[in-house]
Amino acid sequence: MSKPVIKVEELSKRFIISHEGAERYKALRDVIAQKAKRMVKSPVSAPAREEFYALKDVGFEIHQGDRVGIIGRNGAGKSTLLKLLSRITEPTSGRITIRGRVASLLEVGTGFHPELSGRENIFLNGAILGMSRFEIRKKFDEIVEFAEVEKFLDTPVKRYSSGMYVRLAFAVAANLEPEILIVDEVLAVGDAQFQKKCLGKMEDVSKNQGRTVLFVSHQMDAIESLTSRCIYLKNGTVFSEGETRKTVDLYLNNYNSEDSIATYRDRFGNGKARIVKLEIKKEENTVLGVKQGEAFKILLGIEVNEPIKLDMSIAVENQRQQPLFCTQLSDLQGAIQKDKYFEVLIDVSDPKIRKGDYMISIATYKPDQTEFYDVVHHFPLLSIEGIAETSDIPVDNRLGNLYFPIKWSEIG
Amino acid sequence: MTEIDLLSSTAELIIEPGRSEKNYWKDIWRYRELFYILSWRDIKVRYKQTAIGATWGVIRPLLTMLIFTFVFGRIANLSVLNGPPYAIVVFAGLLPWQFFSTALQEASNSLIGNTNLVSKIYFPRLIIPASAIITTLVDFFISFLLLIAVFFFYRFVPPVQILLLPLFILLTLLLSFGVGLYVTALNVKYRDVRYIIPFLVQFGIYATPVGYSSEVISQKYSETARFYFSMNPAVGIIDGFRWCILGQPMYWPGFFASLTVIILFCIIGIRYFRKTEKTFADNI
Repeated sequence: MSKPVIKVEELSKRFIISHEGAERYKALRDVIAQKAKRMVKSPVSAPAREEFYALKDVGFEIHQGDRVGIIGRNGAGKSTLLKLLSRITEPTSGRITIRGRVASLLEVGTGFHPELSGRENIFLNGAILGMSRFEIRKKFDEIVEFAEVEKFLDTPVKRYSSGMYVRLAFAVAANLEPEILIVDEVLAVGDAQFQKKCLGKMEDVSKNQGRTVLFVSHQMDAIESLTSRCIYLKNGTVFSEGETRKTVDLYLNNYNSEDSIATYRDRFGNGKARIVKLEIKKEENTVLGVKQGEAFKILLGIEVNEPIKLDMSIAVENQRQQPLFCTQLSDLQGAIQKDKYFEVLIDVSDPKIRKGDYMISIATYKPDQTEFYDVVHHFPLLSIEGIAETSDIPVDNRLGNLYFPIKWSEIG
Repeated sequence: MTEIDLLSSTAELIIEPGRSEKNYWKDIWRYRELFYILSWRDIKVRYKQTAIGATWGVIRPLLTMLIFTFVFGRIANLSVLNGPPYAIVVFAGLLPWQFFSTALQEASNSLIGNTNLVSKIYFPRLIIPASAIITTLVDFFISFLLLIAVFFFYRFVPPVQILLLPLFILLTLLLSFGVGLYVTALNVKYRDVRYIIPFLVQFGIYATPVGYSSEVISQKYSETARFYFSMNPAVGIIDGFRWCILGQPMYWPGFFASLTVIILFCIIGIRYFRKTEKTFADNI
């Protein structure tokens, strides 16, 4: 077997978080003030500094032609890893060995200058991404065609629509010809049709041209269609690594109790029946998301300290906070009486909800609605992944959050 | 087969903490294209959306020269009667000084102005302040053309040493580079720098013989004073400019003092820049 093109060994990156202020940069004044403070105070009460490992002892290997996805929640260390691999920052410890020319695309349109024309920006951006003038000239027509901006080539890009801007930026990057391509969440921009075009281009680069691709995304469908292997980062370490489908499943099923509804802020009410637990259940497991069409249950835990009568209702909402549907306890069994902690299970056995991230609003209240115990607004509920073959619900980018079989027939 | 050959022929790149890149300078050479294009961008964008465009490059030094000639020549009575035209004396000093001070200001803000580049892609960071400094060279040459116009105006013929002027221009470049790199790196961490520099420049114009000749120092104080005065690296450069353009006698010990300081600044600047370069993306 050939040597790996990327080899990462015990890689760590540490950041020092200073608790003295939110400022990102230091001013001389602060340094002087701190020194003075230290002289006055005993050395024991040094300023509160906390070490934080964005990555800790990460190791993996990537071989020629691999298409690897990097997944994980926000703050898991994905971007830090990409920055280390593309030499933007230096690791605190560990070692990376890279064989081959790397191009990293952490943001589309890096270095675009608003005052320069489209044509000039192609050359500028190309050079920034490591292309020579000769290479850019060779690819120029292809780039322009891909971006669909022929007419506006000599207009300053500050006059471009945001769509045109992004298209041009991606087109330059897509025509890079590196041996290893590192791509951060850049496909989250542009309209659906262009996203598709970008994905197609990336697929072409990786599958047909045999290049090594490292791809970070929160869109599991993009990860599934582009990569064959995944590295799942959690809290700065490699939590799991393996075949994409399995790793993505693991990621979706991995429950993380950090985002607790008990401490969620956007709520009101007198607190007599407080919602303290929310879990999504898939069969017996607690999960973060499900695939389209899969059944799930919502488990709610409610804290009650004195005997009360209560009713409750939930609304499942899309990202724009528009409710998809509402359901309430009294629909089935009328109000209930409680005096201590209890749980309810809401069984959504046949959801016709399309892919996307969904939220929930929950309310507990006195049955006559004269008193609200606890009303939680727009808490993240689950993400539904659009993966084909799991149901008859289409995975394309059509409008609408719901789907149910509808018959079309031609008349006359 | 060819694929594997191609791979094995590519050099291995190892990323480790504190590993000073063995091929640092080679890397800079490889990224020269980026250097050209960034300089070209800065020049191109410089006078965009101004009504009179590049004319600013002429007006700025011209106005400064006129003001200086007036303030120092007429009001402060610093001009010498039977010497060369005072306007040319001032201009010869102003030329390197303006270059140095503009380069310093441009360089110190260059990294911060390109935050998105620094935090999103890899390239030798040295390129950014270097291209900012090179860009100011354009203004320098415009001013230089102006100087030639002033020659014609006064029907002044420069001495033969003027052929050595490029050497002193190179020294100015080196000085700007050394101090510029240091200040740029410092500015990433301590934003105070960008407030200090304008003061330094304003103050510096009086501590440097721009409006007067450095001979004044030895006449008023002593030769030793002039030597110490030449520890200001700009002094040696301006003396050199005046020697080339006006044929004023050169004070060589002072020049070598300046030269030593320039080289020292260069070493310190590059060292400090390289030391802090790796943390730019974290600190910016």
